[in-house]
Formats: sequence, C-alpha cells, structure tokens
Amino acid sequence: MSPITELIGGAKAYGWGSFAAVGDFESIATVSVGGGGAADVEFTSIPATFTHLQIRFIARSARSGFADDPIDMQINGDTGANYATHTLNGDGSIATAGAGASISYFRCGRMTAATAGASTFGVGVIDILDYANTNKYRTVRTLTGEDNNGDGLVSLFSGLYQSTTAVTSIKLFSGTGANNFVQYSAFALYGIRSA
Amino acid sequence: MPAGLTYEPIATTTVAGSSTASVSFTGISGSYTDIVFVCDIDGSTDDSTRIRFNSDSATNYSQTNLRGDGSTAESTRSSSIAQISLGVADSTNQTNVIGSINNYSNSTTYKTVLLRANNPAEVVAARVGLWRSTSAITGIEFFIASPGNWVAGSTFTLYGIKAA
Repeated sequence: MSPITELIGGAKAYGWGSFAAVGDFESIATVSVGGGGAADVEFTSIPATFTHLQIRFIARSARSGFADDPIDMQINGDTGANYATHTLNGDGSIATAGAGASISYFRCGRMTAATAGASTFGVGVIDILDYANTNKYRTVRTLTGEDNNGDGLVSLFSGLYQSTTAVTSIKLFSGTGANNFVQYSAFALYGIRSA
Repeated sequence: MPAGLTYEPIATTTVAGSSTASVSFTGISGSYTDIVFVCDIDGSTDDSTRIRFNSDSATNYSQTNLRGDGSTAESTRSSSIAQISLGVADSTNQTNVIGSINNYSNSTTYKTVLLRANNPAEVVAARVGLWRSTSAITGIEFFIASPGNWVAGSTFTLYGIKAA
C-alpha cells in the first residue's frame, strides 16, 4: 500500500482525506456573515443521515480592545451545565492547558478581534463524531488558530456534551460576551457518511 | 447540494528522484471554498519543509507553533518570515503534514494556514501560519530548506472542499 493511500486511510476517519463517492462528504449549510455582523451562528434542523459532522470556519470578532476572541459552542439549545472541555494552547511563548467540567458551553475555536490586523481572521476545523448516535455522549474536537504577525494562538480543543440526544442544532458564539462575528466570517457545515 | 464531489482531489505529486527540493502546484482553481494539503515526506537530511503562496518569497509570512517532543511541550513564534514551516523532513522517519487553508480564494482576507505535523519518532505539532496578502491563492510551493532534498516516494496532494 502506498504511503499516500495509508495516509488518506488514516486521515479519512477525521474527514481530512479523499472521498471518491458522491455523498460521502456533503455540504449541509453555509453561513456567511454580512455587513451588519452576527451575534451568533446557528445550524438547525441538522439531518441524522450522516455519521459525523465537520464545521470549517474563518472568523473575526468585533470584541473591542483585544486582538483575539474565543468561540464557544452549545448543542440543541441546551444552556445547562452539561458540557466539559479540555484545551491545549500555544501563544508563541508557552504551551498551556486548561479544562472545565459541568459548564454551560465548550470552547471550540479561536478568532481574531478588533485590534488585530485589519484583514486577519482566525480559522478552525471542528469535528463532531457520531453526532446522531443515541447510545453515547457527543465528543467534539477542534484544531484552530489565528496568527497576527507578532501574536496569535494555536489550540487543540476537546469537548463533551453529556447528552445521548442526537445533535439537531449547533450554535457558535463569542466566548467573551455579546461580541458579534464581523463581516466575511463564514461557517460551513459538512456531513460525513460511513460505509 | 448539487451533484458532484464536495471534497475532491486536485493534484498529487510524488517525488521520483533524489534531488527534488521543490514541488509546485499552479493554476489552482478558485472554485472551491477550502484547500486541504496532505504531505508524507522523507528528507535526505533533517531539514524543514516549508510552504509559500503565489511565488511570494518576501517576508510576508508568520506563524505560531505548538509542539511536543516527548518530554517538553512548547510554543514558539516567527514573525515577518519568507515562508511558513510545516515540519522537519526527517532523514530516518516519515513525517506527515495535513493542513487546511480556509477561504483560500477570497480577495478580502489575509490567508491563514492551519496544520498538524507528525513525526512519530520525534514530535507532534500544531501550527497556524499567516500570509499577509488578500490575493486569492492560485499557486502553492512546497520546498525544503537547503541543502536538503526529499527522498523518492515523498508525496504532496491537494484537495478542494466546496461549501454549499
């Protein structure tokens, strides 16, 4: 087996490989933030016909006085203390780790904010595995980061939603309060099918 | 979602000789939303494999890194540099890199690269890199720091992902 086939096979489970059949990796919905900004982005009525979900984003916050802002997630409109998270972060000088349990959201992204360079946005890829399986809690993993030529953050997040209910809606919002996503932020939801 | 692939291969280059130090993809279509690149590489020496865009070799790049080498977790930064480093093309072990360039073809934002690099014998890393240009990416060059070359069989593949 060639190295590229092995690599694709290994990466395929995470949605980063190649999918030959139509419908294995499908675009479900895209939200592009317009000139007025958006307080949050929510994907609703997510069908249960896939195995995994992936959100790919580019985002910037209106958070004033700061160069960055985290992105948080809630599932199915649940604002209760049903989430947990672990984080691994690099800020360019030190690596740090964090955790939270019995919290009302989990962290799932990094974006730039008002004092960052004008055209600089954060990016990320969020995977929600087995999102429709009613026999297990939801596990979410993220690779995300923003670089601003002199500062920035790169982060790995894992999140737990302690519910066996199938995911039908996902809400993304600023982690520091009522800060809008600004224009040109975009979030795309994809569904991944297994064999 | 219209018929057709949402996530499809664009091009693959497999290094054939023993003196290849650069692989370029040009004429990249702007019809996708994101680009994913997958590299599986061996180097003749322990040299850094790097990436740059649209033939821009000026100091218009920067990056923030997070890495663990089995004993230490660290984060570093490089600013105003001439390329983004992906990882070391180790002479004894294969290194694989999977990276994503979201919204690569828009002409409004700077371009940010997000990647994981893995050399199982040495290091695991996550990196975010910035190309300070609002130009759509139409060309991607992978190259290895002098005087290194990639070993034959090293591969570079681009995929396009198309949002609704």
